[in-house]
Amino acid sequence: MRSEMDVYVPRTLDEALQQKSAHPDAISLAGGTDVMVEINFGRLRPAGIIDLTRIPELREWRREDSHLFLGAGVTYSRIVRELADFVPLVQASRSVGSPQIRNRGTVGGNLGTASPAGDALPVLAAYDAEVVLQNRRGTRSLPWHTFLQGPKKTAMAPDELIRGTRWQVVNGPGSFSKIGTRNAMVIAVAGLCLQVDQDARQVRVALGSVGPTILRAPEAERFIAERLTWDDPGAPVTDEVVAEFAELVGRAAKPIDDVRGTARYRVHGCTVLAGRALRWALEERKAFKWL
Amino acid sequence: MKTKTGVRGGIGQSVRRVDGVPKVKGEFEYASDLRRDGMLWGETVRSPHPHARIKAIDIRAALESPGVRAVLLAGDVPGKKTYGLDAQDQPVLAWDVVRFAGEPVALVAAEQPEQAKQAATKIVVDYEVLSPVTEMEAALQADAPKLHPQGNVVRQLRVIHGDPEAEAEVWVEGTYETGMQDQAPLGPEAGLAVPAEDGGVDLYIATQWLHADLEQIAPCLNLPPEKVRLNLSGVGGAFGAREDVSMQIHACMLALRTQRPVKIAYGRQESFYGHVHRHPSRIWMRHGATRDGKLINVQAKLLVDGGAYTSTSPAVIGNATTFAAGPYAVPNARLEGTAVFTNNPPCGAMRGFGAVQACFAYEAQMDKLARAVNLHPIEVRLKNALKTGDVLPTGQRVTGAAPVRDLLSRCAALPMPPAESPLDRDRMLIPGGAGNVGHGEALTRGVGFAAGYKNLAYSEGFDDSSEAWVRLSVDQEGPLAEVKTAAVDVGQGLDTIVTQVVRTELGVQRVLVRQPDTAIGSAGSSSASRQTMMTGGAVQLACQAVRDEVLRRAGTSIIPDPLDEYLRPPIEATRVFRHRRTGKLDADGQGDPHVSFAFGAARAVVEVDTELGLVRVVQLAVSQDVGRALNPQSVRGQIEGGSAQGLGLALMEEIELKDGKIRNASFTDYLLPTILDMPPVVSDLVEEPEPGLPYGAKGVGEPSTVVVPAAIVAALRAATGRELPRAPVKPDELVGIR
Ligand SMILES: Cc1cc2nc3c(=O)[nH]c(=O)nc-3n(C[C@H](O)[C@H](O)[C@H](O)COP(=O)(O)OP(=O)(O)OC[C@H]3O[C@@H](n4cnc5c(N)ncnc54)[C@H](O)[C@@H]3O)c2cc1C
Repeated sequence: MRSEMDVYVPRTLDEALQQKSAHPDAISLAGGTDVMVEINFGRLRPAGIIDLTRIPELREWRREDSHLFLGAGVTYSRIVRELADFVPLVQASRSVGSPQIRNRGTVGGNLGTASPAGDALPVLAAYDAEVVLQNRRGTRSLPWHTFLQGPKKTAMAPDELIRGTRWQVVNGPGSFSKIGTRNAMVIAVAGLCLQVDQDARQVRVALGSVGPTILRAPEAERFIAERLTWDDPGAPVTDEVVAEFAELVGRAAKPIDDVRGTARYRVHGCTVLAGRALRWALEERKAFKWL
Repeated sequence: MKTKTGVRGGIGQSVRRVDGVPKVKGEFEYASDLRRDGMLWGETVRSPHPHARIKAIDIRAALESPGVRAVLLAGDVPGKKTYGLDAQDQPVLAWDVVRFAGEPVALVAAEQPEQAKQAATKIVVDYEVLSPVTEMEAALQADAPKLHPQGNVVRQLRVIHGDPEAEAEVWVEGTYETGMQDQAPLGPEAGLAVPAEDGGVDLYIATQWLHADLEQIAPCLNLPPEKVRLNLSGVGGAFGAREDVSMQIHACMLALRTQRPVKIAYGRQESFYGHVHRHPSRIWMRHGATRDGKLINVQAKLLVDGGAYTSTSPAVIGNATTFAAGPYAVPNARLEGTAVFTNNPPCGAMRGFGAVQACFAYEAQMDKLARAVNLHPIEVRLKNALKTGDVLPTGQRVTGAAPVRDLLSRCAALPMPPAESPLDRDRMLIPGGAGNVGHGEALTRGVGFAAGYKNLAYSEGFDDSSEAWVRLSVDQEGPLAEVKTAAVDVGQGLDTIVTQVVRTELGVQRVLVRQPDTAIGSAGSSSASRQTMMTGGAVQLACQAVRDEVLRRAGTSIIPDPLDEYLRPPIEATRVFRHRRTGKLDADGQGDPHVSFAFGAARAVVEVDTELGLVRVVQLAVSQDVGRALNPQSVRGQIEGGSAQGLGLALMEEIELKDGKIRNASFTDYLLPTILDMPPVVSDLVEEPEPGLPYGAKGVGEPSTVVVPAAIVAALRAATGRELPRAPVKPDELVGIR
């Protein structure tokens, strides 16, 4: 252990990439809301820190044809203010921490930490997003499930930065929900994002905090895709179908018992959230908003 | 408003807090802000094991570590090796055996905090790990390892009242549990020890009771008390956590050894290990009554987990046991209480001090009784409510105010929160709050009531007096009153109350409250809801002595205006206030143990998402017996804060232990209520002045914490129809999958 630490303060993306390649053991710092906790707990003692908060390129989001590109450094507060069209992402962002944390914390940081409890991650999984990585030599894009390798493990190389994340803008209703034992500022006991994709005729469901990493519920997704009348949003969906869908989502969860909750409760929670999220989406669909 | 002497800001007024503006502006100096040129930083090495034998400690690498100026072990404790509030059984630094995970084993002082932390990791302790005793019942088994020479019972008492075999027509029974709550003061433990030229030490410290600290510190340092001088530093909340000594002796030892100022400041994680917690409890009760709901007999067996050392466990179990029948007139009772030693973290004082756990159990019983005899919960309580003149199970007669009936009926009559549509409301106000888990699905409301009581000041023969010094002088701006006591403003507003007392008694606008230290006599602890009564009383007496001298000099019978000419030379007086004597309990728990009581009643309205087991408390209504509100805004503040802490215990606050180890020693997983969890509190002050106390004012800090957990869980039972015998109530229990 050393008591000194080098801090780099790049002003441009190029400069940051240079520094990352010259000092691959220096850790990237965005909002610091994960990094500083780790340092304060004595679990992390990096050789250096590269502060990414002054790099304009990382703080941008933009529409790219039918896609949205979200820069790694966009904070939750800005998402809530600026990206109202992306309802599940806004809901997830609003559920993160406290105002102070949302003012600092970023989706790039959520990806970098790759906690199964990262609230933005089920949304990215339900959007089928890709993660854009960059080093001095160029960029590459990985599907979210390739990028997230396990609890706090990613496919990012030591000389890479997360440039941002990108997804096809989805036509259809969706929502994010998170269960916690407190009504705000709480780490998810279980989180769920459901996104209807009218064009692809899919309902995508992703779960957080109920497995080693973010999980999708493929069986449930297949089941409901077959049961919905895609051309007629007004067509009724029976309670039995909703219940079976919810049941299948619950079965996709692979939780453990820990200090925040029991595995049984987590499965139960996913089931309840799945049923509710599907009903909300079906109601919205009925309103013909999405045709 | 003006007092009788024409001065603003006397008693009875909602005077603004004297420390309010500096605290809000961040200018108030808390103990963690203490600094001295050339100071060192102290760090504590703690045992990772709840039970182990220390075979060897190797400090060589730590001594060589950069910046290190001292490494100290148990052998370096200059005097007495142990300390404690009640029994001195807690090692300053462990030798031979460690009895809880987090027990201090070694100390380091270094130039920089980082260096101290690094050196601490280089101390190698060779432990022989022993199997920990972590269950209360297991600790009481005959073959359990003895954690202390006297065995594993800290204190056992029984209260036998009337005919404990008395028959009843209706019986209800239950076993209830509460978890280990943390006081979680926002300011973690901190202090600065400065070696003095006379070989002594000056300690700047955030504490609840300077003199109790002094009594424990001096013998361990092998110094006469006059060479250990304690000066109060800014206290960032306490709630009982600062009653026991934490880093005080450690910092002094390091300062004396290095002859440099040494600061120790815990972080949040260390704070969870560095102070005592609220005792977890398991309480069995059986209530017998007539068919129409009149109590005949109360049987109780109470077990509380004192953890590894004595701390204040004897008094906590004394409270829990003597209060076990609740604020009701009960002709017959057998109440048996035991506090046990285990290898869990030590437990001691926390707001409510034994009364909280008992109330959780007896109020659940009163609701069961109400159902069994088909009465409304309020009715069954009214039928049995204690009143002045009644006799408690200890044989003690209630001589002061006991407006239990009044509290109950007023609380029940407080305005209910408006009904809300499940669909049409701010989504943040749905159970689950910011998590967006519902749009109004599966919601039910429940209403619950609880009444309870707690003793004021120290009990069972303890003489916790308070001393105050008052000086009245005159300068260019006119008369100035100065007050000094050793009483600690832990954030409850004591300094403001003292100012109000002085203004009222002396009619002087300008009042200066001096910083407390041990140069003056003890003021007793800022706990047990006692400081406004006790130090308020001492200040009142000192002021009256000063006033008598003014009147003598002026030859008048009222304070002259202007006053200036009578204040040369200045007038000073020092006075001590004592509460009435109490006595110890005999073998059957009979005696006159408590000074006075404060009663409270709460109504909770909750909304439960019955599918997810998530809760929103919609409203808390608290009627409290305050004697007289000396500062109504402060009283309401205490009721609201106490309610929040009660809500925490009911719904989320618990130190989770596994094999004696804390699993959630941070605010990430030790959950405190946020503003979205805390509903509006309707507080109702019932003023019936208490004879024998200054201005008739009762302490107000604790009753809301006593009754709110019971009321909230009662409301959850009403909403879900489930037993819910344990607090905090977890979501899975509310949906019945546990
Ligand atoms: C009080 C509190 C409450 C919280 N509540 C929540 C919550 O409710 N939900 C939730 O999901 N999280 C929560 N968190 C965790 C944290 O806020 C989030 O994970 C947040 O998204 C982290 O973002 P950041 O910008 O602060 O990341 P940082 O702490 O700066 O970085 C996190 C990780 O990502 C890496 N990183 C960051 N940016 C890049 C980049 N551009 N390229 C490569 N690597 C990068 C860092 O090296 C580090 O490993 C909370 C944290 C705190 C302290």
